[in-house]
Amino acid sequence: MSAAMQASGPEPILRLRGISKNFGAVSALTEIDLDVRPGEVVALVGDNGAGKSTLVKILAGVFQPSSGTIEFLGQQVTLSGPGKALELGIATVFQDLALCENLDVVANLFLGHELSPWQLDEVGMELRAWSLLRELAARIPSVRQPIASLSGGQRQTVAIARSLLLSPKIIMLDEPTAALGVAQTAEVLNLIERVRDRGLGVIIISHNMEDVRAVADRIVVLRLGRNNGVFTADTSHQDLVAAITGAAENSVTRRQKSRADQATSREPGL
Amino acid sequence: MSTPDPISSASLDRADSRVRNDESFAGAIRSFVDRIRSGDLGMLPVIVGLIIISIVFTALNPVFLAPNNLVNLLFDCATVGVISLGIVCVLMLGEIDLSVGSMSGLASAIIGVLWVNTGMPLPLAIIAALSTGALVGVVYAVFYTRLGMPSFVATLAGLLALLGMQLYLLGSTGSINLPFQSDLVRFGQIMIMPAWLSYLLAVLPGALLLYRGWHTSRRRVAAGLAPLAMRLVIAKAVALTVALGVAAWYLHLGRGIPWMFALFVLIAVVLNYGLTRTQWGRSMFAVGGNREAARRAGINVNRIYVSAFVICSTLAAAGGILGASRLASSSQQAGTGDVNLNAIAAAVIGGTSLFGGRGSAWSAVLGIIVIQAISNGLTLLNLSSSLRYMITGAVLAIAVIVDSLARRSRVTHGRG
Repeated sequence: MSAAMQASGPEPILRLRGISKNFGAVSALTEIDLDVRPGEVVALVGDNGAGKSTLVKILAGVFQPSSGTIEFLGQQVTLSGPGKALELGIATVFQDLALCENLDVVANLFLGHELSPWQLDEVGMELRAWSLLRELAARIPSVRQPIASLSGGQRQTVAIARSLLLSPKIIMLDEPTAALGVAQTAEVLNLIERVRDRGLGVIIISHNMEDVRAVADRIVVLRLGRNNGVFTADTSHQDLVAAITGAAENSVTRRQKSRADQATSREPGL
Repeated sequence: MSTPDPISSASLDRADSRVRNDESFAGAIRSFVDRIRSGDLGMLPVIVGLIIISIVFTALNPVFLAPNNLVNLLFDCATVGVISLGIVCVLMLGEIDLSVGSMSGLASAIIGVLWVNTGMPLPLAIIAALSTGALVGVVYAVFYTRLGMPSFVATLAGLLALLGMQLYLLGSTGSINLPFQSDLVRFGQIMIMPAWLSYLLAVLPGALLLYRGWHTSRRRVAAGLAPLAMRLVIAKAVALTVALGVAAWYLHLGRGIPWMFALFVLIAVVLNYGLTRTQWGRSMFAVGGNREAARRAGINVNRIYVSAFVICSTLAAAGGILGASRLASSSQQAGTGDVNLNAIAAAVIGGTSLFGGRGSAWSAVLGIIVIQAISNGLTLLNLSSSLRYMITGAVLAIAVIVDSLARRSRVTHGRG
């Protein structure tokens, strides 16, 4: 099933083959394969400890894989550090956002990539910051405020805007909607679709199955650090949960079953 | 989303009605008060401190405010002040260098031994001393970044090791006198800027402020952003020019402004430019604020640490050379005693946070003036050094308490 799905469509931007990562005796990832094509949203799902964030950090250059190959635009690459990944065009919105609270919005957006390094072009950077935030339909009152004064959703928007700054080929979002309200979640999902329509590849990690189904073209399930199937958005909830937890019989189905049993046992009494 | 922007025709940064833009004088004062109340104290404690110090010491001994006493004060400020500028760099990263006193002592010993004892030309001796400082900085940075040694411990070890080297170099004589007629000693004791130059330099900052304000405003308007509030820029420039002009005039009632102090201010100007207007400076603030975020943004964090430690130790060596020229000797006492703490206290009193991510080069300039004013005033009162140490210690404690409380307040007011 998974092989058939991976074979279709245009050439992948990103192709991972046999990626493994060991932390001492613990293997966090084992032989992971993953393809991302342009204009495609790939969701990475899995239980806690399935290795999703580790995989994202490897792609962001924060961790180096223990073995396996990464091909980017058909070329084999080594992501030796965060700077290298950014340079290639892999942008990441980390779960903890990785913003500097003491700096203002403009400084955070351009961190590490300031315009004219020897005489900072504040006007140019501010202008670009506004147009980026406009593009995302973001509601940031002032770009000269320190990040510390922004709400969780506004910070998330800044982090996403920053990932778009360097016109990347792929953008990865680790739990982008975890801290967001209903309306802001919808905004982020719209944003993901807009980014996809621009022909970028998107990798999204989420525990929220509704969000995942809403935007993902393919759903890649990780379980205990291994590939555990590739699904589409119309796969039934049951099948997804089964793939994530590893069995048709699991705590989620047991809970649903017991609730159903309770409902039927109560009915005759009424 | 359904309601349109309140003023969609306004420039990009004025489109949001939730932000108050304080552009009038009353507005500027209001936002200043807001800032202070939320714990963003900036230079305020220094200004208040200086006023209190001047009133108290002048009441106790009128000589304190005499022009020539202030000229001496500026001479003394320059030596420790240069060291303090380096401290600003390491504090900015949330690190510390406790060995700056020993480093300055070692630099002064190197000058004495190479220049006076072995007869090496002065410029070469100065280069040797500064390079030693840079090398020590590299060693600290390697200890910190490669070996994971806390800078507190690494520099504490350095404090002893460098002091040992200073004593070893000076040998049994213990002190080397520098020739009184040499340029180095004259630089540290008598060389004064001509009056016309002082006045010219007093006008320059205001003029630059005006020019930059005008230039930035024009660019912002051209880019579709709101211009700066020019009235405020003009007010600032006028206030700055008047203050500097009066200071220059008053000091020229006495001997005038020392070249050594001018050198100190020049280094501060360069450092200030680096910290506020370059990518390096932005990275310094970022690493001090959130090291991991800076790393993930692609900044080479280790290189930033190396730059900070190297600048700090090199400026400490420079301060040691200035100290030797001020005292006309390289002695075992150079750089010992309160030099270390005064340099650190000056940066903190001026508003550079011990917790990293906040600070400015000017904090060292204003801070060292406060510290030296206290020390100078206590000397005029003929107090023993025991009392002077106690009082300076208390002032440092107060400065750190103010820093901690202000930080707590900033966190609750969302000012990072």
